[in-house]
Amino acid sequence: MSIIVFSENRNGKLKKNSIEAVVYAQSIAAATSKPVVAVSVGNVDDQELALLAKYGATKIVSVTDQNWLAHDSREYTKLVAEISEKENADTILFSHSNMGKAIAPRLSVRLKAGLISGVVALPESFAPITVKRKAYNGAAFQLVTVKSDKAILTLNPNSCAIKENPVSLNIEPYTPQTAYNAETKIESVDVVTGKVILTEANIVVSGGRGLKSGDNWNLIEDLATVLNAGLACSRPVSDEGWRSHEEHVGQTGKIIAPDLYIAVGISGAIQHIGGVSGSKVIVAIDKDKDAPIFKYADYGIVGDAFAVMPKMIESFKKFKNS
Amino acid sequence: MKILVCIGNVPDTTTKIRFDEQMKNLDTNGVQWVINPWDELALTKALEIKEQSNGKIEKVSIINVGKADAEPTLRKALAIGADDAFRIDADPVDAYFIAAQIAEVAKQEKFDIVFAGKESSDFNDAAIGSMIAEFMDINSVSAVTSFELADGNISLKREIDGGKETISVKTPFVAIVQKGICINPRIAAMRGIMMARTKPIKVSPAIETETLIEYQKFDLPQPKAACKIIDPEETDKLVDLLHGEAKVI
Ligand SMILES: Cc1cc2nc3c(=O)[nH]c(=O)nc-3n(C[C@H](O)[C@H](O)[C@H](O)COP(=O)(O)OP(=O)(O)OC[C@H]3O[C@@H](n4cnc5c(N)ncnc54)[C@H](O)[C@@H]3O)c2cc1C
Repeated sequence: MSIIVFSENRNGKLKKNSIEAVVYAQSIAAATSKPVVAVSVGNVDDQELALLAKYGATKIVSVTDQNWLAHDSREYTKLVAEISEKENADTILFSHSNMGKAIAPRLSVRLKAGLISGVVALPESFAPITVKRKAYNGAAFQLVTVKSDKAILTLNPNSCAIKENPVSLNIEPYTPQTAYNAETKIESVDVVTGKVILTEANIVVSGGRGLKSGDNWNLIEDLATVLNAGLACSRPVSDEGWRSHEEHVGQTGKIIAPDLYIAVGISGAIQHIGGVSGSKVIVAIDKDKDAPIFKYADYGIVGDAFAVMPKMIESFKKFKNS
Repeated sequence: MKILVCIGNVPDTTTKIRFDEQMKNLDTNGVQWVINPWDELALTKALEIKEQSNGKIEKVSIINVGKADAEPTLRKALAIGADDAFRIDADPVDAYFIAAQIAEVAKQEKFDIVFAGKESSDFNDAAIGSMIAEFMDINSVSAVTSFELADGNISLKREIDGGKETISVKTPFVAIVQKGICINPRIAAMRGIMMARTKPIKVSPAIETETLIEYQKFDLPQPKAACKIIDPEETDKLVDLLHGEAKVI
């Protein structure tokens, strides 16, 4: 039996969440003595793939066939199923990312493997797997056991602590037996460059209705630039068109889990918190000392954002330059 | 063409989340039940494209797996504009079970497009739409933020990390939609509410489906330590704390 990790890359660079998934797999491997097999699809060079071995992947099955580069959920499901069979896998891990969420549930049906999605911690037992997941937008956790022979987990960010576990590098270039027969076609790709990607940012600066207008966003952007942070906003801000809906976080927007979330002029409605409660540390700046956001924040400043932000930006600049 | 929209019946998003003593079930006392927010967006979009399709899309149906207590939520969706409804009379045990039921109906009734929300706001599985597609062995496109139908061609936008892809797709398929697909959900008008009363809800029993997972119990997050308040004049101190104490910068 083996553990499979579906690792994702962007333009040949492995995603942080995929490294985390290998660390997670390694923790299961340590308890069950199963090998960890990482699957990579795309043009990822050996030097980059070596990262997977550094964190504990005993084998890396690498698919570089150009036909397979376009993500089609149905075809990728077949591919992972094929490799799982070949590797005799009984545990398959994905990130709880757009791609993971598109493939893992399909694979669950295909392999009749119980799916636990949005996992937040290492398993409490291994045979069978029992593990904690997020429910009710973070307002609760749920303990779930897999009853089938095979298990599939999708992992939330920070589901385990990153640690190295170097093993020797073993890359197996692989040509899928399955023919790529997608009925979806990617006509064009539109990628924003130069911006920190919100769902992967270590630090996120977020603005709410308290900023009064989209014209005041320089306060948020300037702080984000100093901290190399991703940009986010509350729902009314994107509904008003002050910012693009891609920045909207919360229950109906994106769910993020950065190390540091800085909320400016955001009251902390339960639906907003649902999207950010996985953050390690929350800082709130709001002029209302009774705003609910202070119940969720670790650090807070009660004050007018227009006065506080310029000072804060200066303080962070000073720190960065020191 | 026919569209089927999945409608989840979920606690209102402001519900205080509490459980029974065994921590097994949600305490539903006083809970308001609503259409799952993304399903509401999906329904709104389905109705829009039906209206713009010059009759090419004959109808928009809705489906729910749930007991009779889900019917008020189904009536709400009918009042918003869906033509008819299916209800599979069973407890919605888990995503796998629900998807198996919906796939069965979608197959039998030959729906061309199935809409599902990106997740349900109670269990947040983010699984049902993709599972339906695999049960039916048809295409699925996830993280859909835009849906256009022109001259019979369907063009979708799919969110990827840091951008989007424009995708063409053949029917039948499942579209798993999220914010962006439309801005605001449609609200039922008086006329819609009147008409919904007579629209058909077809109730049928569940097909047998195995269960692959077992829910043990719920758990509530640990209460957070009190927020440390810093004087607005002392932003340097905040930076020190984030660096020295919290170690996040
Ligand atoms: C079904 C549903 C889903 C939802 N999903 C989401 C979601 O995904 N994400 C989301 O964010 N919301 C969501 N909401 C909306 C949510 O309920 C709140 O309305 C919203 O989060 C409020 O946004 P806000 O905090 O920016 O604005 P407000 O609640 O208006 O808060 C503004 C804050 O700014 C402060 N302020 C004002 N002026 C200043 C100043 N000069 N300096 C400092 N502070 C100032 C105020 O004291 C206040 O606390 C949802 C609602 C529903 C019903």
